[in-house]
Amino acid sequence: MFRFIARRFLQTIPVLLVLITASFLMLRLVPGGPFDSEKATTPEIKRNLEAYYGFDQPLHKQFFTYLGNIVLHGDLGRSTKYSNRTVNEIIADKFPVSLELGAWSLLIALTIGLSAGILAAVYKNMWADYVTSGIVMTGICVPTFVLGPILVLVCAIHFGWFSASGWYVWQDRVLPALTLGIVYAAYIARLTRGGMLEVLGQDYIRTARAKGASETRVILRHALRGGLLPVVAFLGPAIAGIITGSFVIETIFQIPGLGREFVNSAFNRDRTLVLGTVMLYAVLIIGLNLVVDVVQVWLNPKLKFE
Amino acid sequence: MLSLSPKKLPAADLAPAQLEQGISPWRDAWHRLKRNKLAVFGGITLIVLVLACGLGPFFSPYGYEQTNLDNTFAKPGSSHWMGTDQLGRDLFTRLLYGGRISITVGLVATFVALTIGVSYGAVAGFFGGKLDAFMMRIVDILYALPFTIFVILLMVFFGKNIFLLFFAIGAVEWLTMARIVRGQIMSLKKMEYVEAARSLGFGTRRIIFRHMIPNILGPVIVYTTLTIPGVMMLEAFLSFLGLGVQAPMSSWGVLIKDGAEKMEEYPWLLIFPGTVFSLTLFSLNFLGDGLRDALDVRSAKD
Repeated sequence: MFRFIARRFLQTIPVLLVLITASFLMLRLVPGGPFDSEKATTPEIKRNLEAYYGFDQPLHKQFFTYLGNIVLHGDLGRSTKYSNRTVNEIIADKFPVSLELGAWSLLIALTIGLSAGILAAVYKNMWADYVTSGIVMTGICVPTFVLGPILVLVCAIHFGWFSASGWYVWQDRVLPALTLGIVYAAYIARLTRGGMLEVLGQDYIRTARAKGASETRVILRHALRGGLLPVVAFLGPAIAGIITGSFVIETIFQIPGLGREFVNSAFNRDRTLVLGTVMLYAVLIIGLNLVVDVVQVWLNPKLKFE
Repeated sequence: MLSLSPKKLPAADLAPAQLEQGISPWRDAWHRLKRNKLAVFGGITLIVLVLACGLGPFFSPYGYEQTNLDNTFAKPGSSHWMGTDQLGRDLFTRLLYGGRISITVGLVATFVALTIGVSYGAVAGFFGGKLDAFMMRIVDILYALPFTIFVILLMVFFGKNIFLLFFAIGAVEWLTMARIVRGQIMSLKKMEYVEAARSLGFGTRRIIFRHMIPNILGPVIVYTTLTIPGVMMLEAFLSFLGLGVQAPMSSWGVLIKDGAEKMEEYPWLLIFPGTVFSLTLFSLNFLGDGLRDALDVRSAKD
């Protein structure tokens, strides 16, 4: 197990290196620098700014300085838009908000998805199954940017149960997390139902029943472990999706998170902030994929040899 | 002639005697599809939507960018079926025009993804060995990357060009197609007819594109139908962030974005585009699921 984790961990290093190089080159080579949009930049001011950020150096030198600063000091540089702030400060400020939003969404997705999926499998072709397929189809076909505003319209403006925007009290958390989580709840429900149905037909389930295990025990102890495998495999893409989904959700609900900051920084051509955020997201997605792989192998040791 | 691989259909369905009587697997699948009510509903809805968006604007008395500042935010009624927006533009006309763009993006970007995915997967699956391992390792790596983020960066930095949009989305969506095609080609590679084609002296390119790819059309069609909604969703997602289609052109994503901003006072601006968009996604998904059942394809996706 340790060797498996170590090998997978080492494999992520070249991936990260390729990613960092590609993003760096892309951001440097595209037309339009970070200081073009400023109103009153004389060539002289622009030169000074570029010297301050080191953009006047040769490209390879800039790259190795950047890489060195990340590896040695964990320093992502200074924002070109907010010149008095470093990228690390901005991330430290905004990322916890996005992290909390993502965590709530994932919790909602797992809670709704797993319970709906298990109920649908146990009560196949009964009302619980139909309710689940309703949730699944809604989650898959109604995009978050339609569902979000509709939920605001109904639950916040019409009934006034929750708030429509902001990020201060718990009422602010409900609608964004629900909107972001429901899509993944839908996929998880579908996968759980499929996985559980397959497992519930296996011989060892019949054996467990024959030995007198209660139905609840059979479902939660015996069937769930096998039935969960496809769900665990889906968690990697789900986490990546929740991260990118947060861009839209944070815009709709005006949440001061990193997703909205990322989109804004791209519009502002804030090279260092964009690059830093992309790095953070990449490390996060690749790291969580690694965790998902390890959990998968732990649940199903056969996978280790594939 | 087209036929599905025997692995996909029970041998009985493919008995030579039956084939001679003219019940091809495709016709068989068509009959099964027709019995699936939801798929038929999806198909008909899509035809209606495509016709409406294609022809509707010719019959509309309003232009999609024709403003009327005396009649802003009109409620839905007999002269404006879906009301008007903040510039007095007819929402129904804009919805039909937006549909043209959204559907075009969906089809063209899917075509790009299809071309890349099928060629890549076919080459990897056919040659196997080290080349296959290398090519699929690249796919694995790309899967792990935050690709939507790259599309956002591309759109921001290279300008919000609609052709770039096609290729950016297409370049993201080909991965699963490549995996499916690779798996199918690998299983077909060992079939006798491929060996026969080779012993007749046909070149590799001809064998892949003329003999093998027609035999994997089933899974490819199914997955294509299921890719279109994903692509349309991504287009709308980008438009919602202000990165997709630019004014005065519109797409369903743009209309939803505009509607979401005004929904407190004028909910119809959100509800109509949102409903039409969701209905399209519903229909495509139902049709795709129906095709999957009819062609009895085990999708690699879920």
